[in-house]
Amino acid sequence: ASVIGRVDDGVFERIEEALIRADLGVPATARIVGQLEEEVALGRIEGREQLVARLRELIAQAARPDGSEARLDLRARPAVVMVVGVNGTGKTTTIGKLAAALRGDLGLRVLVAAADTYRAAAVEQLAAWAERADTEIVRGQPGQDPGSVAFDALEAAQARGVDVVLIDTAGRLHNRTPLMEELAKVGRVVSGKVAGAPHETLLVIDATTGQNGLRQASAFAQKTPVTGIVLTKLDGSAKGGVVVAIAQELGLPIKLVGVGEGIADLRPFDPEAFAAALVE
Amino acid sequence: MFESLADRLQQALGEVRSRGRLSEEDVERALRQVRLALLEADVDFRVVKEFTARVRERAIGTQVLASVNPAHQVVKVVADELTELLGGTTSEFVLPKARPAVVVLAGLQGSGKTTAAAKLARYLRAERGLDVALAACDLQRPAAVEQLVLLGGRADCTVYERGTDATPVEVAGWALGRAREEQRDVLIVDTAGRLHVDDQLMAELQAITERVRPHRVLLVLDAMTGQDAVNVATAFAERAPFDGLVLTKLDGDARGGAALSVKAVTGRPIVFASTGERLEEFELFHPDRVAQRILGM
Ligand SMILES: Nc1nc2c(ncn2[C@@H]2O[C@H](COP(=O)(O)OP(=O)(O)OP(=O)(O)O)[C@@H](O)[C@H]2O)c(=O)[nH]1
Ligand SMILES: Nc1nc2c(ncn2[C@@H]2O[C@H](COP(=O)(O)OP(=O)(O)OP(=O)(O)O)[C@@H](O)[C@H]2O)c(=O)[nH]1
Ligand SMILES: [K+]
Ligand SMILES: [Mg+2]
Ligand SMILES: [Mg+2]
Repeated sequence: ASVIGRVDDGVFERIEEALIRADLGVPATARIVGQLEEEVALGRIEGREQLVARLRELIAQAARPDGSEARLDLRARPAVVMVVGVNGTGKTTTIGKLAAALRGDLGLRVLVAAADTYRAAAVEQLAAWAERADTEIVRGQPGQDPGSVAFDALEAAQARGVDVVLIDTAGRLHNRTPLMEELAKVGRVVSGKVAGAPHETLLVIDATTGQNGLRQASAFAQKTPVTGIVLTKLDGSAKGGVVVAIAQELGLPIKLVGVGEGIADLRPFDPEAFAAALVE
Repeated sequence: MFESLADRLQQALGEVRSRGRLSEEDVERALRQVRLALLEADVDFRVVKEFTARVRERAIGTQVLASVNPAHQVVKVVADELTELLGGTTSEFVLPKARPAVVVLAGLQGSGKTTAAAKLARYLRAERGLDVALAACDLQRPAAVEQLVLLGGRADCTVYERGTDATPVEVAGWALGRAREEQRDVLIVDTAGRLHVDDQLMAELQAITERVRPHRVLLVLDAMTGQDAVNVATAFAERAPFDGLVLTKLDGDARGGAALSVKAVTGRPIVFASTGERLEEFELFHPDRVAQRILGM
């Protein structure tokens, strides 16, 4: 049974409820429902099937901002990817999965940089992933300046002819100014060392996150050149709808989704499948 | 975006303030603002519905509309109802006399369980002078055992760990045996993160609790959680009935409406607030403070 049910007087209210319960938030929900209502009033769509199809289309469109690039741009050598986000969203795990995909599927030479020198055993965690993914690692020492770890990693990558460098950073709440400044500094070290880097800055958002995700995205985008979102933990019952609001308000594309804790549980973002899951 | 509920209410009620009288339409307009702000604070959709219905009933009562400062009264009704929803007074965390008293921490991936385990251990040792041991039963996340060993060391507590070769249920049972032998006051069991929809892992959690028969189970919930919080809490309550919540990452700027919803739906109180990555950033939860966060005061 669909959340939409029959097309009757209550249909828009039920759609509104479904979108809000999927964490789209009120403004993004109002835009989509308003558009649907207008199209129905103009007789452009009729009946339940068309309504559902159009709803999915509108969500998918909203989740993929015009002109945004959904693929990772890894053409540079080395291509440098920074992974950022608040605590516990899945940054380190995403790096492990991404490293495995780049190494295994594309045969690239990958180096991961353990620049989270703060969280207990963060380096050991990334090292375990590097081993699983069969990639090289540059480790920071506990308490070491994360910028200097990134620097060392880039130097090693240049010397060894590595194709892609993935930089893991410590989780930090977006309202903690000193920590956000520290992250900006890591970014400056990276761009000072490799021209044009970081080529990708991926912000990891946990699908269970509510409306705070929008604040996270806007704060991280202010301090680092965020190029895309990774939406993790989509294997749960949370729909991750806040990324629709993020895409709409900030124009940030969703690039990858995490669907489990395993090494193969990373997928390219598919807006149609995402929309379908949202209103199933 | 993200205007505080208090500001919104003031705005919605502001015009009528000067008139000193409030009509039912005024109240409805204010309630629409309340609804918006609660949804923006991630309060559960259904909880918002019931909440606004209750406020409507109280606010439209003659005493409020006829009072000297009705706008102020409406804000007060909202604040009271919020505090009520959050559990009224501060919950105590009382442990039974049993030795060891066993506490299990459970929750979604990345919610802050391992950190909270060490924080609780430090808290019980420092504030209550208890001899606390931790059991490393997350054998799933890479380096979870190392993480607990490091944090347990910082908390100045014993950590029982046996690497990752045994099963979590075996480690839990073994750790309980050691805690008994060594006559610890408290054993805190750290478990792997799991999704409430993952039947196998939920069954494992159930097996752990059946093995160690905890006196207290705490659900660790990220304050940034959205509308899924109620589903999560309901599912955990079925498999591992929890006594209360540890609400984490309260040092962020999330309004924490999910926590309020969990309280409203499961009746379980929020017991501890975690407000940072450092072990000392942990305290008993004060419901009125989250009510104020949601109100934006
Ligand atoms: N179910 C599920 N779990 C995930 C996914 N991605 C990550 N996790 C789990 O989420 C937890 C946190 O992941 P980490 O990769 O350590 O997160 P992080 O952002 O690096 O955390 P910090 O460095 O502490 O900020 C771990 O238990 C992961 O296994 C996913 O897509 N699905
Ligand atoms: N800012 C902040 N960070 C916190 C808080 N509690 C935990 N963290 C951070 O959140 C991240 C995840 O914490 P963990 O304790 O590893 O979470 P977990 O639930 O054990 O994770 P899994 O075992 O992977 O499921 C880490 O970066 C912690 O330092 C808190 O109250 N505030
Ligand atoms: K989380
Ligand atoms: Mg990490
Ligand atoms: Mg843990």
